[in-house]
Amino acid sequence: MRKISLDRLDALFAAISKAYTLYIPTDTKAGAKFEKWHGEERLSDALNTVRSPKDFFFPQTENLMDFKVEGKNIEVIDTRSECGDFAVFGVRACDVKSFDILDRVFLSDPVDSYYKNRREHGVIISLACTKPAETCFCHTFGIDAASPEGDVVCHKTEDALYMEARSEKGEKLMSAVSDITEDADSAAVDAQKKLIEDRLAKLPLAELSADAFGDGKTSEFFNAPEWSELSEACLGCGTCTFVCPTCQCYDIKDFNTGHGVKRFRCWDSCMYSDFTKMSAGQPRLTQLERFRQRFMHKLVYYPTNNDGLFSCVGCGRCVAKCPIHMNIVKVMKKLGGSKNG
Amino acid sequence: MQEIKREVLVNKAKELLSDGTVDRVLGWKRGEFDYDVTPGVFRSAEELDSGFVWGDFCGANFSKYLVKETAKGEGRVLVFLKPCDTYSFNQLLTEHRFDREKVYALGVPCNGMLDISRIKESAEGIVSVCEEDGKVTADTLYDGKKTFDRDALLPDRCSNCKSKKHVAYDELLGSDGEVLDSGRFDEVEKLEKMTADERFAFWQGELSRCIRCNACRDVCPACTCEKCVFDNPDSGVENKAAADSFEEKMFHIIRAFHVAGRCTDCGECSRVCPQHIPLHLLNRKFIKDIDEFYGEYQAGAEVGSRAPVVNYTTDDIEPSQAVERGEQNA
Amino acid sequence: MQVNEYKPLIVAFCCNWCSYAGADLAGNNRLNYPADVKIIRVPCSCRVNPMFILRAFQRGADGVIICGCHPGDCHYTSGNYYTRRRMALLFSMLDYLGIERERTRVEWVSAAEGAKFAATMKDFAEKVASLGENKRLEDLRCKK
Repeated sequence: MRKISLDRLDALFAAISKAYTLYIPTDTKAGAKFEKWHGEERLSDALNTVRSPKDFFFPQTENLMDFKVEGKNIEVIDTRSECGDFAVFGVRACDVKSFDILDRVFLSDPVDSYYKNRREHGVIISLACTKPAETCFCHTFGIDAASPEGDVVCHKTEDALYMEARSEKGEKLMSAVSDITEDADSAAVDAQKKLIEDRLAKLPLAELSADAFGDGKTSEFFNAPEWSELSEACLGCGTCTFVCPTCQCYDIKDFNTGHGVKRFRCWDSCMYSDFTKMSAGQPRLTQLERFRQRFMHKLVYYPTNNDGLFSCVGCGRCVAKCPIHMNIVKVMKKLGGSKNG
Repeated sequence: MQEIKREVLVNKAKELLSDGTVDRVLGWKRGEFDYDVTPGVFRSAEELDSGFVWGDFCGANFSKYLVKETAKGEGRVLVFLKPCDTYSFNQLLTEHRFDREKVYALGVPCNGMLDISRIKESAEGIVSVCEEDGKVTADTLYDGKKTFDRDALLPDRCSNCKSKKHVAYDELLGSDGEVLDSGRFDEVEKLEKMTADERFAFWQGELSRCIRCNACRDVCPACTCEKCVFDNPDSGVENKAAADSFEEKMFHIIRAFHVAGRCTDCGECSRVCPQHIPLHLLNRKFIKDIDEFYGEYQAGAEVGSRAPVVNYTTDDIEPSQAVERGEQNA
Repeated sequence: MQVNEYKPLIVAFCCNWCSYAGADLAGNNRLNYPADVKIIRVPCSCRVNPMFILRAFQRGADGVIICGCHPGDCHYTSGNYYTRRRMALLFSMLDYLGIERERTRVEWVSAAEGAKFAATMKDFAEKVASLGENKRLEDLRCKK
């Protein structure tokens, strides 16, 4: 384990950014946001960013390829450029876990080469949460905010940042900053973990449980009468899906340039009326069905297909951002029966 | 603090339910926290007792929900309307979007609704929020109890409230207020005084944060098209593929234009924006222009009024003059 | 000099009854106006919805002009009065967003005003050319 004094964070960021494009959470007018570090950006004290770091691997919009039409020929142009090495600092435990969930979608056969390219070049420097928010419930899904995963795991104490490499990529990054960090024992980190655990236990959502959901529960919940009440106020906007670190649905759109086509992949939302529209129309005609799809996907369908792993990480972004404050916590409490009182 | 207590609303709702005036109640449902209140339908006295809330975070405007709710059956629905909601209510009636006979409207005075994000700016881990004598106290996980001036926590739409007067109701709880002389166009004027480059930079900065979630449109009481052009894959301007800022500009210009003359300035668009884009400044620009070009007009002030955008006089201002006027302001 | 080589792309929405006939007259009279003006015929100037204008910019226009009958002379009695209100509001909004105000214009051109049509287009094209390419309302997705 290595450590660096907090007042030397700039030196740390400078050292990392020599070899990597570095992104850190920084405060903006609309809350914390991952921004490229140029030297002036200050590390945000906010608990988490408004948008999740999934953007780094699965951006909201990306140009997949272009087509050029000349006479009767169509030329396919690969618009990809090899991604450079980049590091994302300050990723929280929940968001680190979200990459596992995305990996199972994009890295299973057929592998999404766009995603894979970025994933291979990205180094995740996670940061344990010192102040979990009232909207947090990552423990519900077995995530420990005090001990995140990641290529490099960091703990921030009052005066220092403790860093530990957990992967080959992490080792490589740590060797680039070995000059400015010093060896440290784990005493301070252990104390910090203890503090965080105490705080986690006191969170308002500490008792929330997902035990009622999971693999094979489709028939139990699909026709539950509660969906009607839960979804009645839903506006059908895409806020929850767009701030969610694990929502991974996308659509492909073509744009006519006059002499060809630009093809884009862009996030889509199951909350939208035109989601997965086919020639015969939409499969889900009412907001109830769309609403149910999102939560069933997180709590039942995904675990059914992925060894019981839930595709929610309890980051609380949807809890904080939903315009009408309907969210997965309320859904779990309503449907989860006595376990969630 | 709101003038009318929760109990008064609950008792009134129970009374109307039991005497058969209405068969359901559109109200605010308790959430996990004091601030996450969800609109919902109550069908019994028990449901009202356990779940109904009324307080400083009941900002949601119910008018639009009436379109969906009144289409559901024969019975009447009870709806609570704050003064600004009544303007949307009238506007929707003007557009024949719901059946007035199926609604029992209870006017409730409003003292302004709080914006939780203003508390979150300086307090972490908000467990509860309570208010006494114009001071709001948030109990937090990490900063202990934090006290704020209530006025400092009001969103722009409330600190520049246009009217405390209910323009539509079947019954009014408490006292009615007056149309206020608000400073709601001050921000617009400030922008008008900037140079074009400054304005462009300002809006580029604001709109580039847009994530095209469409919450502003979906919550807007003036946006009640069955099928929005931005949801139609055949229109060529469907949402998605926010590759550069054009997408956002196009969306927000068209969104604001489509509600121009119908927008009552209820401010829901800015309230729901997850990226805190001041969308009401686009709507207010249209309202201000309409007032200046075609005479004062408040959408929703009365049922059946003809919006200036679907009207004309033979001596209207020319588009070139409209823009030059902007120059004189600068 | 690059500036001289730059030719702006102008989209002109012309109403069927007056302005399009005005353009025709300009042609019949062999009056010159810039070839970069692409005319789109619409039944009435009030057919032009704000989306058309933004779409034109999206697809690469550097300037958009709407031409209709003179106020009072609309073939449909009142169409151009509505155009006048809508465009006044839209142009004011575009200006508010910092879009150059010379890129959009409304001009009333009657069927007898071939000369006015040609002069208007020439003047508008020059103004737009002096602004250069449309950068503030361009859509990179539709660029070649």
